[in-house]
Amino acid sequence: MIERRGWRWRALRLWLPLGFFLVTGLAPFYWMAVTSLKPNAELYNTHIMPLVVYHPTLKHYVDLLTETSFLTWTWNTTVVAVASTAISLVLGIMLAYPLARTRFAGAGLIAATVAATYLVPQPFLFIPLADIINSLGLSNTLTSLILTYPTMLIPFCAWLLIGYFKTVPRELEEAARIDGANRFQTMTRVVLPLCIPGFISAGIFAFTLSQNEFLYALIFLTKTDVRTVPVGAIAELIRGDVFYWGQLMAAALLGSLPVALIYSFFVEHYVAGLTAGSVKA
Amino acid sequence: MATITSEPVAGPRPLALRDAVARWLDREAVFSWLMMALPLLFLFALVGYPFVYGIWLSLENRPVAQAGTFVGLGNFIEDARDPVFWQVARNTFIYTGAATVLKMIGGLALALVINQSFRMKNFVRAALLLPFIVPTVLSTVAWMWMLDPAFSVVNWMLVHMGIASRGPSWLGNPALAMASIIMINTWRGLPFYGITLLAGLQTIPQDLHEAAAIDGAGSWTRFWHITLPLLKPVILIVTVFSVIFTFADFQLVYVLTHGGPANATQLFATYAFDIAMSGGQLGRGASVALAMLPILGLLIIGLTTYMRSHE
Repeated sequence: MIERRGWRWRALRLWLPLGFFLVTGLAPFYWMAVTSLKPNAELYNTHIMPLVVYHPTLKHYVDLLTETSFLTWTWNTTVVAVASTAISLVLGIMLAYPLARTRFAGAGLIAATVAATYLVPQPFLFIPLADIINSLGLSNTLTSLILTYPTMLIPFCAWLLIGYFKTVPRELEEAARIDGANRFQTMTRVVLPLCIPGFISAGIFAFTLSQNEFLYALIFLTKTDVRTVPVGAIAELIRGDVFYWGQLMAAALLGSLPVALIYSFFVEHYVAGLTAGSVKA
Repeated sequence: MATITSEPVAGPRPLALRDAVARWLDREAVFSWLMMALPLLFLFALVGYPFVYGIWLSLENRPVAQAGTFVGLGNFIEDARDPVFWQVARNTFIYTGAATVLKMIGGLALALVINQSFRMKNFVRAALLLPFIVPTVLSTVAWMWMLDPAFSVVNWMLVHMGIASRGPSWLGNPALAMASIIMINTWRGLPFYGITLLAGLQTIPQDLHEAAAIDGAGSWTRFWHITLPLLKPVILIVTVFSVIFTFADFQLVYVLTHGGPANATQLFATYAFDIAMSGGQLGRGASVALAMLPILGLLIIGLTTYMRSHE
């Protein structure tokens, strides 16, 4: 701060807007929590003040876990997210390393293609992909998602990692080469160990993106026992015109929890991944 | 290369061959292409091929699970004659335009606010990013409940703060439904702008501000003449990036309104989904999705070129 003005100035420029952003940003989460803890009698009573819970109950959570396939959906979501993140990281490294650290004809074109692929939104691909997945007999398998999620994640991981790989000093690589290491050994023993923060960033980001994905999961999975959390919640907790709001909010909260937890442990890595594309470029 | 010359001259042939192979593998171009082969093949099979196949589908009359017949530009001609298609185009532009302006201005404000020094800054920044982290479908369901016709907490607040006598039907009225999806998209995307622009702000050297302040520039002048010009590349990249994904948005609208009421919130992606998946007309659906290509293609190529030239 260059100016040193009174508390009024600071309240107007900092606390007031910050309060506004925090309240509007977090209110929906508060509302999820409050709703999920209310008994139905309270939930659907318009005559009482709705912002607090008078008789908290875990009934919606118990019902969600025992009467629906929520645990199966959570398991499916986790399997898909872990597998597609792992595949994307490995393939992303294989793609990014040469683009960042070696010179060969066509490198510029490949790098541009990778960046453009990252920017291609899903709606361009979902109709042909639905047909392809169908004809491969992969409908209603988690494999369909484990194969298609990396199409969004590999370009992202590669793009992020190119930046990381470029930060490793060339001298280290040259020293290893003089000691007789070949290119592959130089990569695995010298450069990659220095880029672990980049792998964490890319991994966290890929993981949250897979947990967020909805369109492919909606199209490829039509059976309860293979669904992921977002699709399961939409397709099975809303039955026709009947909304099970208590269970829906419990599902929304529990479904957000894994992402929010992992995110809170690695906030710095996540932010680094988020801003890498736009700020470093 | 001492190791090679010191080997016995009459060494076994396979070893020499292995050496040659090892040296060939170690050549810069060979190593590079071998490393990239698998990921490139993967992307070719699951992005490149489907993309081309999608273009082919758009030229076919192709009911689901049946063989297609080639119809040339027939699907696109049908699109052009379909009044809903033009409504969808208008909706998509309004949605993208309004949400982008709100996110850009709000995000810049958010970045400027958090860029000040205060206690628990990292914690606050982490909390503010939550709307962007949480799976969109799940937070959209929460919004749907907050805008429920009978039990809307938003309406309860409006009524009890004396702003309205009775709350409106947010998702039942065409204009309000559009306003709702714009509002929720802004709620979710604003932190992305805010955090990215904050990272951009932090790269601006403090000396510049101090020097300008000594020269008598007020905070508003410094914002216009230092902050904004230096932030321009980041703002540009974030905005184009977000325009691409807002233009092609699907989840939020599909969950909240299904494109209703009466197609008032139908976007290209949800309309393509309805035609292809619910209606079973893969070819026509593909043509609606591809209608986004001219605009998004230009933006994608433009942004890619811009980012590469700024490396």
